[in-house]
Amino acid sequence: MLLKKLKISRWLLYGCAALWLVPLLWMTVTAFRPREIALSPSFSLDFTLDNFANVWSAAPFAQYYINTIIIVVCVFAVQMLTATMAAFAFARLEFMAKNVVFMLFLVQIMIPADVLIFPNYNVLKELFLLDTKLGIMLPYFASAFGIFLLRQMFKTIPPELDEAAEIEGYSKWTILWKIYFPLSRPTYVAFGLVSVSYHWNNFLWPLIVTNSVENRPLTVGLAIFAQSFEIGAQWTEVSAATLLVIAPLLIGFLLFQRQFMNSFIHSGIK
Amino acid sequence: MDNRRFRFHWKTNTFAWLLLLPSLLFLFLFTFYPIAKTVKLSLFQADLATLVPVFIGLDNYTNLIGDEVFWKVMSNNLWFAIGTVPTSIILAILMAIYCNKAMRGTSMVRISFFYPTMIPMIAVANVWLFIYTPQYGLLSRLMKSIGQGDINWLGSPQYVMWAMVIMVVWKEAGYFMIFFLAGLQNIPHDLYESAQVDGVGRWTVFRKITFPLLMPTTLFVSIVALTNSFKLVDHIMIMTKGGPNNASNLLLYYIYESAFSFWDQGMASTLTVVMIGVLLLFATLNFFGLDKKIHYR
Repeated sequence: MLLKKLKISRWLLYGCAALWLVPLLWMTVTAFRPREIALSPSFSLDFTLDNFANVWSAAPFAQYYINTIIIVVCVFAVQMLTATMAAFAFARLEFMAKNVVFMLFLVQIMIPADVLIFPNYNVLKELFLLDTKLGIMLPYFASAFGIFLLRQMFKTIPPELDEAAEIEGYSKWTILWKIYFPLSRPTYVAFGLVSVSYHWNNFLWPLIVTNSVENRPLTVGLAIFAQSFEIGAQWTEVSAATLLVIAPLLIGFLLFQRQFMNSFIHSGIK
Repeated sequence: MDNRRFRFHWKTNTFAWLLLLPSLLFLFLFTFYPIAKTVKLSLFQADLATLVPVFIGLDNYTNLIGDEVFWKVMSNNLWFAIGTVPTSIILAILMAIYCNKAMRGTSMVRISFFYPTMIPMIAVANVWLFIYTPQYGLLSRLMKSIGQGDINWLGSPQYVMWAMVIMVVWKEAGYFMIFFLAGLQNIPHDLYESAQVDGVGRWTVFRKITFPLLMPTTLFVSIVALTNSFKLVDHIMIMTKGGPNNASNLLLYYIYESAFSFWDQGMASTLTVVMIGVLLLFATLNFFGLDKKIHYR
């Protein structure tokens, strides 16, 4: 009896998981279907790569790819630098107004840049950085989330290491980059995955800031591509474009799924 | 104070502040300065008709109170939150409990629940547009095959919010599952063993052990979900543009419209102030909820 009940809940779980996969499968299948028969209800086994070729030639997706990669890499590189430095100050140094400054960073968690789109647009305008990649990146150069994550990690490193290094004649700055930085590698991986997936997927802010092909990231390019058609007219191509945009992260996730999920756990619990 | 110690402190202080300087610079430039500017601009009339902003005191706020669309947007957002937050949390808890067992296929199940997290909202919107489209969409075909009438999910004011809630629950539940999986790891295993020895039923185990011990996670996830319900608007751009008749419009999208479609800067600032207020309210909820230790019976 109990065995039977267990089995039913197992099958329910499998069914639910299958249901969750439907949107992805539906889109993947559509992306590979010839345009003429994609809307017909009958079943057939015709598959084609034409849609991808059309998408690639119809819109500058190669350029969008390059833009997104530049943005994602630069944002994380700068975040890594700024967050490491700030995290070290919070974890290992005693200074004036430490708690107040800490609270200031907490505000960024409470009121993220995502909702300050309009005022930040004005700030960029004052800096003459509208429609630049730097403009897209700039608001994210300071990451309170990264600082808190790294601070937590740095605090677990035994302070005796610092003392030993100081006796050896290391300065604090060297200790930070020679000891703390390499010892915290797993935290940087976690921070990196969260940061990269966030900025790969970010849409509203780059939409507002950019106005030219040279600076548009993939998400904005995809939205423009999808909206250039009447609804339903070019499903297969929009599906192909969508697949192109999500493929890198999705493949990365499938390859390193355990690490991805652990990073997200890590990131949520401060 | 002896001089050497003072100098040492002075050195540490300078070093600490130098380390913080880059982060603080960007924090002020893109969090505090814009917030201050928004609050100021919300007291001015600044739209396409007024070339130089005119100080009008709290008029923007009074106008907002009389603005039907604003109340529509706020109630939409409330319903959006009510629809997405509890549902995705309950689903996430169920997913976590069933995915926590080490059985065949579990990791595949986990992947299929979690993968929507990796997909940008804008791509999600494209995919679900094809599901909701009348006549050709997946849902329409399904309903036709079981002999039901066709519904234009995104075109009718009474269904559009449902359609979005379902989509967002699909996207978020797997993400929240991760936090509950982590929470479950922290529950001591011997609690379950002694429950088993006592022959306690599975529902009672959940009610008396699992759920209460997951409470801190649930609170944390609730705040994240609540905040997300005010942050997720990318899909509106693709799916409905806020329509029909503002039935799917949300606060952040309304800010976007006011600023970049109507070019009413004063109103966009006022709405941003409202948004900041809402988020600060959630932050205080978080503060009182999480900092008070939760007691178990």
